[in-house]
Amino acid sequence: MREINVEDITKTVAHLFEHSCHYLTDDVLAALKQARGKEKSPVACGVLDRLLENVEIAGKEQIPMCQDTGLAIVWLEIGQEVHITGGDLYKAVNEGVRKGYDEGYLRKSVVSQPFSARVNTKDNTPADIWTDIVPGDKLKIIVMPKGGGSENMSRLTVLTPAKGRQGIIDYVVNRVSESGSNPCPPVVVGVGIGGTTEKTMMLAKKALLRKLGQPNPDAEIAELERDILRGVNNLGIGAMGYGGTITALAVHAEAFPCHIASLPVAVCLMCWCDRKGEATL
Amino acid sequence: MTEAKKITLPLTDEVLKDLKAGDNLLLTGVIYQFRDAAHKRIVEVLDQGKSLPIDIKGAAVFYMGPSPARPGRPIGSAGPTTSGRMDSYSPRLMDEGLKVMIGKGLRSQTVKDAIVKYNGVYLGAIGGAGALIAKSIKKAEVVAYEDLGAEAIRRLEVEDFPVTVVNDSHGGDLYEEGRAKYRVTSSTT
Repeated sequence: MREINVEDITKTVAHLFEHSCHYLTDDVLAALKQARGKEKSPVACGVLDRLLENVEIAGKEQIPMCQDTGLAIVWLEIGQEVHITGGDLYKAVNEGVRKGYDEGYLRKSVVSQPFSARVNTKDNTPADIWTDIVPGDKLKIIVMPKGGGSENMSRLTVLTPAKGRQGIIDYVVNRVSESGSNPCPPVVVGVGIGGTTEKTMMLAKKALLRKLGQPNPDAEIAELERDILRGVNNLGIGAMGYGGTITALAVHAEAFPCHIASLPVAVCLMCWCDRKGEATL
Repeated sequence: MTEAKKITLPLTDEVLKDLKAGDNLLLTGVIYQFRDAAHKRIVEVLDQGKSLPIDIKGAAVFYMGPSPARPGRPIGSAGPTTSGRMDSYSPRLMDEGLKVMIGKGLRSQTVKDAIVKYNGVYLGAIGGAGALIAKSIKKAEVVAYEDLGAEAIRRLEVEDFPVTVVNDSHGGDLYEEGRAKYRVTSSTT
């Protein structure tokens, strides 16, 4: 048994949120620069230049890239040989969110009583916390500050199995089309296929964590990703919806076996400012 | 990208008439910043026949809720929020004299019609470019509804705030026009 103290978890969570709101990961920065090189619309190129300039200012002047520093999503991959000591794991994660959002001057965007009073909790808690038990003696912490503009465009459906591959492509492309400029394109498109409804939405969201530029290792799914990406970019939405050839930086799809009667499909969109972070204790 | 026009606020009716979807502008002057919760309250106040805490005649509103300012700075990150959530309130505010709306994302047909009717304009700010936009905000002060926190009404003094005309007073729509220009219809999918 390897012991990990909750204090280290709190510190790591705080750092990951603060850092990911100020700096893009290398894969996202590379994808944005590549999009700038490929884009044919001069207007969209101007937008992409401004986005890259924004990333530079954010790091240099310590201003969050986007004012919507999101609802805090945290995935914990807990090695089965890890013993967590010193307190409650979930409290430690929430404490990390509280600390990171306070000390990092991040916006607190969480309200309680969602359909009535909508009172701001003032510290951006509670975080959306998920755990997986994995082999080994490490604890991997993955964070995603998820903004409302892109999250509001998420959708889930259950197709009939007869709709098949083309049904999935049509559903996802149509979803991006309807979302238009709302999710701050160029977007990253997360697609979940199969499982149950809750499983497929989680697949779509976790697909967003994959490094941009890496196709799904399964050749059949990778080909589906390419076809969806072509369909999405053919929409012409472009950066900020002002028209252009690059509407999405990438499409990431994940699939899971499902019931004989079902073909669940989920779409989760991420804005250009694809913020994520991870650390292993 | 076309050369950006420098524009001073408030906008006169003549300037508003000249704006065309796709124009890039650099705004200098005073804009008000508020979003969902303040819109709801403003309309409630109007329904009660009371007067508003700000002068909305000829005003510009920026749909935004900033991140907290670091010490010594006027504001934190300050990018636009999705304007569509304000659609149900906007025509009412335009009827009271609001002229300029700044945000990001799609507007309803009712709002687009109101822009034509009232000779207004909808300007797009770059979503997620909160650090860049913050640099053009020189002063920010809460002027009403302080209890709403990030959603309070602020008065901003901006200098060369970069925006693009999305919906103009002639019915022009950059989202539709831009998309039509780059849409590939012979889709293989």
